[in-house]
Amino acid sequence: MARVVVDVVPKPEILDPQGQAVANALPRLGFEGVTSVRQGKHFELEVDDTVDDATLAKIAETFLANPVIEDWVVRRVDA
Amino acid sequence: MSLRVGVITFPGTLDDVDAARAVRYADAEAVPLWHADPDLRGVDAVVVPGGFSYGDYLRCGAIARFAPVMQSVIEAAGKGMPVLGICNGFQILCEAGLLPGALVRNSKLHFVCRDQWLKVENNTTAWSSRYERGAEILVPLKSGEGGYQADQRTLDELEGEGRVVFRYVGGNPNGSRNEIAGITSANGRVVGLMPHPEHAIEALTGPTDDGLGVFLSLIDAVGVPA
Repeated sequence: MARVVVDVVPKPEILDPQGQAVANALPRLGFEGVTSVRQGKHFELEVDDTVDDATLAKIAETFLANPVIEDWVVRRVDA
Repeated sequence: MSLRVGVITFPGTLDDVDAARAVRYADAEAVPLWHADPDLRGVDAVVVPGGFSYGDYLRCGAIARFAPVMQSVIEAAGKGMPVLGICNGFQILCEAGLLPGALVRNSKLHFVCRDQWLKVENNTTAWSSRYERGAEILVPLKSGEGGYQADQRTLDELEGEGRVVFRYVGGNPNGSRNEIAGITSANGRVVGLMPHPEHAIEALTGPTDDGLGVFLSLIDAVGVPA
């Protein structure tokens, strides 16, 4: 068994209205100095040993992320 | 015998009833299709209606796109069957790769629900031939994730090939690139749009009957079976 983390974020050129709303709220809450926020998704997968890296890459590219609008990173972490 | 038009229902679909009604108003037969059943029941065309398939979990349309019925739709579209995606249906067709680009959260984050003017930019598709080119039509728009996004190369291709079918006029309601409300595939058979022509087919229940032309156009494209 292994734990796999997939992080998905909007591509830099894609407008991220949710991230912007968070960034705009921070000064109102008294937090200064944050110049940009991008909001994405974080997936934690528990996978058995039969799931190889190529399969994980395919899961991320074809399902967890939409390559048209999002970038993603797959990494194995210590369970 | 009349034209048979499939209308898909996924868990969370809302507008299948109105879509089927619009099909009947165009003197075609509406054939219910079920997300879990790959059988297209011999239909001549398919409407993928609006709603919140699978709760819009993960991304709008991301899960619906893998439903058994969609595998049949993708295959049939590849052979030239006309397919119309409205709202969530447009999102599903983009996720399925039948149309380029993607739909993202509205730029102002608000859910937009209003009657919206559109300009018909292309009247040569299977779903828009009944309109004059340049005609302006008024149909409901109701979506939270209707911002059309694509990379510049894709946008240039769509514009260059005249594949923008409907464009928002009177202001951009959701941050769509190039004010794009609806697009078509390279062969003009698959069309997706965020606004709802099926809610504007008669004056009693809609703002106009401007949307009926979408469904009447199909008859021109496919012809009425003898």
